Order: sequence, then C-alpha cells, then structure tokens
Amino acid sequence: MSFTKVILGTVSALAMTAVAAIADPAIIYDLGGKFDKSFNEAASNGAAKWAKETGGKFREIELTSEAQREQALRRLAENGNNPVVMTGFAFASALDKVAPDYPDTKFVIIDMVVNQPNVSSVVFKEHEGSYLVGVAAAKASKTGTVGFIGGMDIPLIRKFACGYVQGVKATNPNAKVIQNMTGTTPAAWNDPVKGGELAKAQISQGADVIYAAAGGTGVGVLQAAADAGIYSIGVDSNQNYLHPGSVLTSMMKRVDVAVYKAFKAGADVKPGIQVLGLANGGIDYALDENNAKIFTADIKAAVDAAKADIIAGKIKVHDYMSDNSCPVE
Amino acid sequence: MDITDIFLQLMLTADMTIRLSAVLTLACLAGLFSERAGIFDIGLEGKMLFSAFLSATVAYESGNVWLGVLAGIAGSMVFSLIHGLASITFRGNQLISGVALNFLASGLTVVVGNAWYHQGGRTPTLSGAARFHEITLPFADLLRDVPFLGPIYADVISGHKPIVYIAFAAVPLTWWILYRTRFGLRLRAVGENPESVDTAGISVVRLRFTAVMIAGVLCGIAGAYLSTSQAAGFGREMSAGRGYIALAALIFAKWRPFYALGATLLFGLLGAISNLYPNINVFGLFDIPVQFTQALPYILTVVILAGFVGKAVPPRAGGEPYVKER
Repeated sequence: MSFTKVILGTVSALAMTAVAAIADPAIIYDLGGKFDKSFNEAASNGAAKWAKETGGKFREIELTSEAQREQALRRLAENGNNPVVMTGFAFASALDKVAPDYPDTKFVIIDMVVNQPNVSSVVFKEHEGSYLVGVAAAKASKTGTVGFIGGMDIPLIRKFACGYVQGVKATNPNAKVIQNMTGTTPAAWNDPVKGGELAKAQISQGADVIYAAAGGTGVGVLQAAADAGIYSIGVDSNQNYLHPGSVLTSMMKRVDVAVYKAFKAGADVKPGIQVLGLANGGIDYALDENNAKIFTADIKAAVDAAKADIIAGKIKVHDYMSDNSCPVE
Repeated sequence: MDITDIFLQLMLTADMTIRLSAVLTLACLAGLFSERAGIFDIGLEGKMLFSAFLSATVAYESGNVWLGVLAGIAGSMVFSLIHGLASITFRGNQLISGVALNFLASGLTVVVGNAWYHQGGRTPTLSGAARFHEITLPFADLLRDVPFLGPIYADVISGHKPIVYIAFAAVPLTWWILYRTRFGLRLRAVGENPESVDTAGISVVRLRFTAVMIAGVLCGIAGAYLSTSQAAGFGREMSAGRGYIALAALIFAKWRPFYALGATLLFGLLGAISNLYPNINVFGLFDIPVQFTQALPYILTVVILAGFVGKAVPPRAGGEPYVKER
C-alpha cells in the first residue's frame, strides 16, 4: 500500500516537473488555416515574432475540422503549455467547457469573450477600422457603388459590414453598398473560388471597390478585383502587397500584437476582457509603398480626419454586436 | 425594377450559371463514362482535387497553363489507373477504392504543397500565361448592339475561359461516342451485361479500363479548370464537394449525356442564385433562406432517387466486378 503510494507520488512529482519544464506557450489556428494571408496568419506572425525575439519555442495546431476544438485545447493544456492562445470566436463554447478543468493554465481567446477566471479575452473594435476603410472606399469609388464580402455569416462579420456601411454612407449618403456572405459554415473562411464568384457578381452590378472580410476566401475576392481592374480592401493582416495597385488599403486588426503580448506575458497573462481599438493601436488601416499611389492625399485626409474624430469620440460608430442590428443598410 | 434591369439580372445569372456549371459538366460526364461501363466512381472529387493541384504547380513552374492542364490530366489518369487496378483487375470494392482515392488526394495535395511552397498547401498565385483568360468569340463586340440577341451572345456566350467551351463541347461528343460508335455500344453493354460482351469475344477488362481512363481525362480537365480558370492557384480542399454534386447530377440525369448537361446547368443555376440573391423574398411574405437554395441539388437528387419523378435506374452491372465463368 505504502509502496504504491510512493510510486504514485514519484510519478506525479515527475509529471509535475515535466509540466513545469515545458511551459511553452501554444497557439491554435482556426479553420481558415495558418496561411490564410489574413486573420490566422496575423496570429502566426505574432507568435513568430515572439519566438524570434526571445528564442523561445511554442507549439501550434492547425484545426482541420470542427470536432477537434475541444480535443486540441485539452491536449495542449494536458501537455502543460501555458498560455494557450486560440484565434477565433468559434472556440468559445469549447473553451467555456475546458477552462474550468485546467485552473492552472491560462487561456487567451481572440475575438470572443469567455467569462472564466483563467481566460483572457481579447476583442477588437473592428467596426471602427471598417468605418475608416468605408470612408476610403466611398472616396475612391467612381460608380458610387461599393461591395462587401463577408466570410461566415456571424454577428462578428456583420459588425465589419455595419461599420463599413456607416463609413461609406457618412462620406457619400447616396452610395450603394452590395453585401454578400460566403456561407454559413466554417468552410466559408476558406473558399477563394466562391469569393471570386461573389466579387465578379458585385463587379457586374457596378461595384468598383470591394471590402473582403472573409479570411482565406478573401484571396479570391482580391484576385477577382485585380483581374477586373477595380479596387479591393484587405482585412486583418496588411494585404496591400498581394496585388499592388489594386488593393486600396487593408483594415488591420493587430492580432499579431495580441498574440505577441500574450506570449510575452507567459503564464502571467491577466484574465479578463481586453478591448483593442483605434485609440490604442489595436486597429488601423494600412498604408505602404504598395498602395501609396492609389491611396491619394484626398482619401488619406478624409480617413485621417475620421480616425481623429473616432478617437476623440466625435464620431460614434455603431457596434452591430451591441444590439444585433445595423442603423444603415 | 424595369424590364432592362430584369434582363440585365437574367444575363448576369446566366453568365454565372455557365461558369459554375462547366466544372460540374466535365465531372458528371467523367462519372457517366465510368458508370456506364459498370464502374462506380465516387473518386471524382479526389481526381479533380489532385488534378487541380498538379495543374496549378506545373502551370506555376513552367509559366504555361496548357502544360499545367496536361499535367493535371496525367495526374488524374494515374488515379484512374489505381481505381482500375483495384476495382477491375483485383475486383475490389469500387466504392471503397473511390473513397480511398478521395482521402489520398485530400492529404497528398496539402502535404506536398506545404513541403514545396510553405503556404499551408496553397500554391503561389498564378498570373499571365500561367492561367486562363477570358476569350472573346468572333464578332462579339460587333454584334453587341443587336437588340436582345447581341448582348446575350457578347456577354453570356462569349467571354468565358477556354475550358468552359471544352466542357460544353464534350457533351455532344460524349453522346456521339456512346450512341453512334461501336465503342460506345460495347461500353454501354459492358455496364449492363458484361457476360454478353465477353461471349462476343471482346475484353471486358480492356473496355472498362478505357472507360475509367476517359473519366480520368475529363476529371483532369475539370480539376485544371478549378485552379487555373476559376481561381488563380490551388487551395486546400478547393474542389469543395463538386465531385459529389456531379455524382448527384449524374443520378438526376439518369446516366444520359444531354440530361447530364441539363442537370449540371440546373445545379449551376442554383449555385448562381445563391451567390447573387442570398435571400429571396417571396411576394414580401417570407424569405427563402440561402441555405435552402444551396441544399436544393441534394434534395432534388433524393426526390429523383425515391422515384417521385420518373425512375433512375443505374446501369445493371454497376458496382459488380466481372468474373469470367470457367
């Protein structure tokens, strides 16, 4: 009996040292995939930046199916990784279930709020950034018709759409905004063929600036826009380089910064809700050598004015997720 | 909405229907050849995916899209060969062989693609001569001003990528081969009653292999269309169930070439409608949700299979490996 106890004790002690030894951070990418050139890729860049600066190691998992969420979370927590970062609202229910089972592990979820004592939730004010690119779209459009293509039809993406429409209408009240969502399943984050088809449909209806908030699907949208010689607007990462001269700007959501900060804080990540917006640099629009020529001084002036007004509180951009409705269509 | 507006919307829908149908038509005809010869081919999806991957890589590396198409066809034919070996030569289960090929394609493309380009299975973006561009049919611009017919010719029929025309030309060609040549007669016979073909002194194995290889060629073209025409590069799982939709269309078409064209056009139309008009409002009473339009191809197929609208009878010897009597 006592012998068994000793063995058990040794085993658990060993297990604990093992856990302590590999408290590397970990990240799980959502179904769009690590290389979606957008949301998940931004997260991956943040992790890579941390690894480069600190020389540390981290584990990463790319989800390939909806069923793996909980399993992946448990695997990383069991493995002793801390903190465990996940990109995407879709982790919310799995995390809500898993987090209480691993009270010593810190979890960081991006894009969603999960109320657990060991979870840090990072959310962005995407509506503010979308408003800015909406202003840019309305300024750049010659036809007065602009487009929006979302990924999966969820409140978060409607939030992008709603902010965008508000920016467009504030600049040109007569402008028309054509909106499409790619689908209603997570596969909608990674269907560039359909993204391209939707873009072609919008172009034939007169749209000459299209904003894609659709993860990997956006690659097809940007391609179709470049083929047709019209402007597009990228999302999450700076996508200006994908088609220089066609991508007007990108709505940057600094997921990379969020992941980098979480990794840097390590096991000391503060639980609670963290909101990143224009004011604290969590959201911005992209300006670099790839779009310098098309992002004219006129557009820049209008966008910067709107940015200053939002930060100062003079413009209040409605958040779709606050009441699940949008004041403008 | 006035008349010209409605006309414009109709043209838009027709244009997109054609683009979306082309790949289904090719895959459906591939299935038709194979199944008419008595070999069920659930691996259309995998063959398309593999071909899409190969054609994107070869087109990118060589800068020539036609070389890419050839590579895609070759890759798809290798898959066909495996399917043939498993189900004809070794008399294995045709469904299992097909499913295995689908899994193989799904994994292989991503693993190899990631090893080569480090972009999560995606291939680099194709540009210039490495991808297909729209071709304008002769006189399209000249005839555009002809009322009604002009715009239809110039905007709906003209201005597609080359493979679209290949796909639609393949339909009458398939009909002619199946119903007007000796080879076609034998092919149909081998799917209905292989014993009689064997008795006549014709090799069942060879006929079936030929049919499966033709399916490989057609699937190869379909896959190349996905990655070099509809998109500009390969992406993970980019066939996105089109192979299964094509199988549904094949059942819907009752294994006949021109019916197949009709079925794939219908399914393409449903796809175009769900793209263009996500939520259709019926007389201001209620909305038809986009999910319903997207599910319609499957619902229609089930209805047909259940025998409500005519009867879909598959080739009689389908799925059965042929064993020569001694």
